[in-house]
Amino acid sequence: MFRDMRTIVWKELKEILGQRGLFKGGKAGLFILLACFGIIIPLQSGPQWVSSPLVMIYWAWVPFLLVSGIVTDSFAGERERHTLETLLASRLSDRAILAGKIGAAVLYGWGLTLGCVLIGAVAMTAVHGKGRILFYAWPVALGILVWTFLVALIASGLGVVVSLRAATVRQAAQTFSVAFLILFVPLFLLPMLPASLKAKLMGLLARADFTAAALVVTGLLLAAGVVFLLIADVRFRRNRLILD
Amino acid sequence: MSEIAIRTDKLGRDFKTVTAVDDLTLEVPAGAVFGFLGPNGAGKTTTIRLLLGLLEPTRGRAEVLGRDVGTNAGEVRALSGALLEHSGLYERLSAEDNLEYYGRIWRLPAADRKARIRRLLEHFGLWDRRLELTGAWSRGMKQKLAVARALLHRPRLVFLDEPTAGLDPVAAASLRDDLSSLAAREGATVFLTTHNLDEAERLCSRVAIIRSGRLLADGPVEDLKRGLAAPAVDVRGRGFSPLLLERVGALPGVARVETADGRLSVFWEAAPDTPRLLRALVDGGAEVEEVAVRKPTFEAAFLKLIKDETKEEASCSAI
Repeated sequence: MFRDMRTIVWKELKEILGQRGLFKGGKAGLFILLACFGIIIPLQSGPQWVSSPLVMIYWAWVPFLLVSGIVTDSFAGERERHTLETLLASRLSDRAILAGKIGAAVLYGWGLTLGCVLIGAVAMTAVHGKGRILFYAWPVALGILVWTFLVALIASGLGVVVSLRAATVRQAAQTFSVAFLILFVPLFLLPMLPASLKAKLMGLLARADFTAAALVVTGLLLAAGVVFLLIADVRFRRNRLILD
Repeated sequence: MSEIAIRTDKLGRDFKTVTAVDDLTLEVPAGAVFGFLGPNGAGKTTTIRLLLGLLEPTRGRAEVLGRDVGTNAGEVRALSGALLEHSGLYERLSAEDNLEYYGRIWRLPAADRKARIRRLLEHFGLWDRRLELTGAWSRGMKQKLAVARALLHRPRLVFLDEPTAGLDPVAAASLRDDLSSLAAREGATVFLTTHNLDEAERLCSRVAIIRSGRLLADGPVEDLKRGLAAPAVDVRGRGFSPLLLERVGALPGVARVETADGRLSVFWEAAPDTPRLLRALVDGGAEVEEVAVRKPTFEAAFLKLIKDETKEEASCSAI
């Protein structure tokens, strides 16, 4: 299955990145993203960028944004461009197709994010290094590595689930946006909590041990990722995809 | 290898209240170019989807290359190639990359894959344009590339769903020639759907005709022509009186007689007996100017079959 998955990833990335022309293939957009996430924002934050654990939260957002731009195309795009049925008529198993589509989105989002992370460190070293190499503290680097992967996995899983049954890429993108908002409803509700409860929560956060909190968040992200993968696996049915 | 490439037994598929395929029982011999014909909406594409395991049947079963589609659809797909309703090409990829992708999917070894891609692209006259994105190509070129993709992994069975639909006559003829020579060279069974009767007659050794999901007839084209379309003799002249027409109609082997615009058409149940007909006409006082024997055409056979079926349906609904 891994070989089949690799084949799909090869084609997906070739389609996304391999188009000719600076603007056609989104290459200009890619440069802007790398410059924005990897250089401008880190430099605005100053040298503490590579030492603060809060940077993990920043980087965790980036793969979500990157993946959301491409993942809704995974099945809805194939359906819209009439390539899905031919793919389904091939020897590939259901799981290989699904894993390939999710894998491509994860690799794209995670890979680009890690590229931005490295560019950020290089930019920091160049501007604030004073002859020293500035890099993230190892627990932070590990946290970035794991969180960005898990967030890319969540976004890819959610995007593929939405894309599986959408008739068009536009419909998939709209549904993905709504699902994204629903995921963050708890955050929007926070300001509405009673002041005493909010104070208690803030106190809890302030006293929390960084490692324990990071592990809890990692566990939650992992659980969410697994849930979306399972949903995608359940929803992927060849004959339903043809009828849709 | 099984002698029968495809065998269906009362295969059926309903979509809510519509029956797309209705108790289809069919056998396709291995190595044949088999034409699956019918008007639009007859159930041809649904049948291909059922045979490839892309749709589950509502009833009945199908066996493809000796495998039960219900339980071994993956194996059936692994042994088959398909050009479905749409060409299914990735328009943001080059022609070579489209074939490279499917070559990898079918796990052709790298060296064989490259050689095979080159051979097919050269055969279809597309080698020089292999690096172009297919999105800018004409429909004819896309169809050729899609046929190349369907044959890339040397499948034992190829499904071609209306491969020449929408092509101009020149492109269609060229693709037909390619299909014909490739099928012979590759030795695969070809399951071809089309509503182009001329194409079916030229390419197919056997055909099946369906309408509203029901099988109306199947067999070699020549047999269907003989069995369904009567040969006719057209006579141009004068003096075809009602009495004479009655006498001609009573001749042995004559199925029916029609007159229009000074032309007498005599339809025969089997081979026409032209000398006897002419004798009867001359003896009956007619003046014969021109005689032409009309051979049965596949189109006439097909239309008769569809017309008879329509009549039967109408009488059933009247009851």
